[in-house]
Amino acid sequence: MKRIITLTVNGEPVEGAVEPNRTLLSFLREDLGLTGAKHGCGLGDCGACTVILDGKPVNSCLVLAVQADGREVLTIEGLADNGKLHPIQEAFIETGAIQCGFCSPGMILSAKALLDESPKPTETEIRTAISGNLCRCTGYQKIVEAILAAAGTAQGKEVS
Amino acid sequence: MNSFSYTRADDVATALREVAADGAAKFIAGGTNLIDLMKENVERPSRLIDITRLTLGGIRPRSDGGLRLGALATNTDVAYHKEIERRYPLLSKAILAGASPQLRNMATVGGNLLQRTRCCYFYDTATPCNKRTPGVGCSAIAGFNRAHAILGTSAACIASHPSDMCVALAALEAVVRVTGSVGERVVPFAAFHRLPGDTPNIDTNLQADEIITGVDLPARGFAEHHAYLKIRDRASYAFALVSVAAALEMDGNTITEARLALGGVAHKPWRDPQTETMLHGQSATRENFKRVAEALLRDAKGFGRNRFKIELAKLAIVRALSQASFKEAHS
Ligand SMILES: Cc1cc2nc3c(=O)[nH]c(=O)nc-3n(C[C@H](O)[C@H](O)[C@H](O)COP(=O)(O)OP(=O)(O)OC[C@H]3O[C@@H](n4cnc5c(N)ncnc54)[C@H](O)[C@@H]3O)c2cc1C
Ligand code: SF4
Ligand code: FES
Ligand code: FES
Repeated sequence: MKRIITLTVNGEPVEGAVEPNRTLLSFLREDLGLTGAKHGCGLGDCGACTVILDGKPVNSCLVLAVQADGREVLTIEGLADNGKLHPIQEAFIETGAIQCGFCSPGMILSAKALLDESPKPTETEIRTAISGNLCRCTGYQKIVEAILAAAGTAQGKEVS
Repeated sequence: MNSFSYTRADDVATALREVAADGAAKFIAGGTNLIDLMKENVERPSRLIDITRLTLGGIRPRSDGGLRLGALATNTDVAYHKEIERRYPLLSKAILAGASPQLRNMATVGGNLLQRTRCCYFYDTATPCNKRTPGVGCSAIAGFNRAHAILGTSAACIASHPSDMCVALAALEAVVRVTGSVGERVVPFAAFHRLPGDTPNIDTNLQADEIITGVDLPARGFAEHHAYLKIRDRASYAFALVSVAAALEMDGNTITEARLALGGVAHKPWRDPQTETMLHGQSATRENFKRVAEALLRDAKGFGRNRFKIELAKLAIVRALSQASFKEAHS
């Protein structure tokens, strides 16, 4: 039997009717058309489905949509501000941290959650923060550089 | 995933009533193990009772000087809690050696205790597995068993317990608090998980109508002399082939108390307190560490592909004890 859920997605209130066996990932992608979060492994291994739930990055492939009822979700689509990319997104482009782009939404959200908590992270903290996001293209170095750069550009600015 | 009904419990009594009313119902906390197993059709609950809105979170001091971890405290909450980092760094390190940031943000204390084995045949519903379907046989004993147990196995099952957190909790002698229809009880950590015997379908001594409400940490955290060593195939995303939680009390170079818990080698976190006493009153030398490692593994039995674990476990024990014996633990 479908259940009605109400949640906040990228700052907007959203209501949906979902079967209990739907994942948050499938609700976001198929019902809301937010295809930024990717379906990779579906098992918690790759991090391509990462979204921020109540401030913390989680694997949306292992969260039921009904579990997100009443909570706040941020997806990659919610990061830009009025068409202006977030400094982390800019840094990923400038540093060459995006190749095929499949991992990028998850990577960027993991980076955002890190910078929200620790605006000047060490390289080790960055590597830990993205250790749940697999990238088969870049070899991670450029991604780490991008996040370091974003932490620099974010200096003195509001990172929201 | 099969279809199921879903309810959200607002209090423990309701959660217990609902689980007692339906033998095929299950609690869901972080969901990181249960949803995974449901996707693989290994778990097919008729109903999920969401317990995440119960007030079982938080980490609080206890009057005996210890701490209480709420069953719903996440692995992240526990690992980065200031008092845990300061007084129980062994626990913090063990948690951070496992899973990923995203998983630890969802995974709870209670769910971590009850996570099921990663035996590949348990996950593969096309192969026989006594843990999934009692009596049909174990595919691992003569199969791909590189990750399987070497201690406490039975002819019915050689699965290993996958948790890192539980290995530290075993060394710390934590106590599991549970509530059921007949009231509350406390279960010493060593008595919580069980060996497979001829009922490998039963992982723990928790009853079907009981809920975990929390885990108590005794006052002693072994912060000065501890190590968590996890040996695995890759530095992230891999479960332990062997892990060791070592906790020592020392007077100069003399060991006054030693605790050793092993992960990845048995159906439960492995402790052998009798053998640990071999180290009491001894000095922290490689020779003494080797002797206790030999004794701990004396009854170990390999099944082909996992035979290497016996030697690996001995070496890991020696290394973990060496690390723990330094005041600044490096792990
Ligand atoms: C890709 C991946 C890698 C991982 N790597 C590691 C690793 O390296 N090391 C490690 O230790 N772990 C690892 N894990 C496992 C992870 O730690 C567990 O999945 C997690 O701890 C389970 O907690 P949960 O709250 O999500 O449990 P759930 O999935 O919600 O529940 C698990 C079980 O516990 C029951 N349950 C939950 N809470 C209670 C309660 N309070 N009372 C009674 N029953 C309850 C549920 O009914 C269910 O049967 C990994 C998981 C994944 C998916
Ligand atoms: S080892 Fe245990 S879990 Fe694995 S196949 Fe055998 S019975 Fe099943
Ligand atoms: S799709 Fe969720 S972790 Fe891979
Ligand atoms: S850019 Fe292709 S997976 Fe990371």
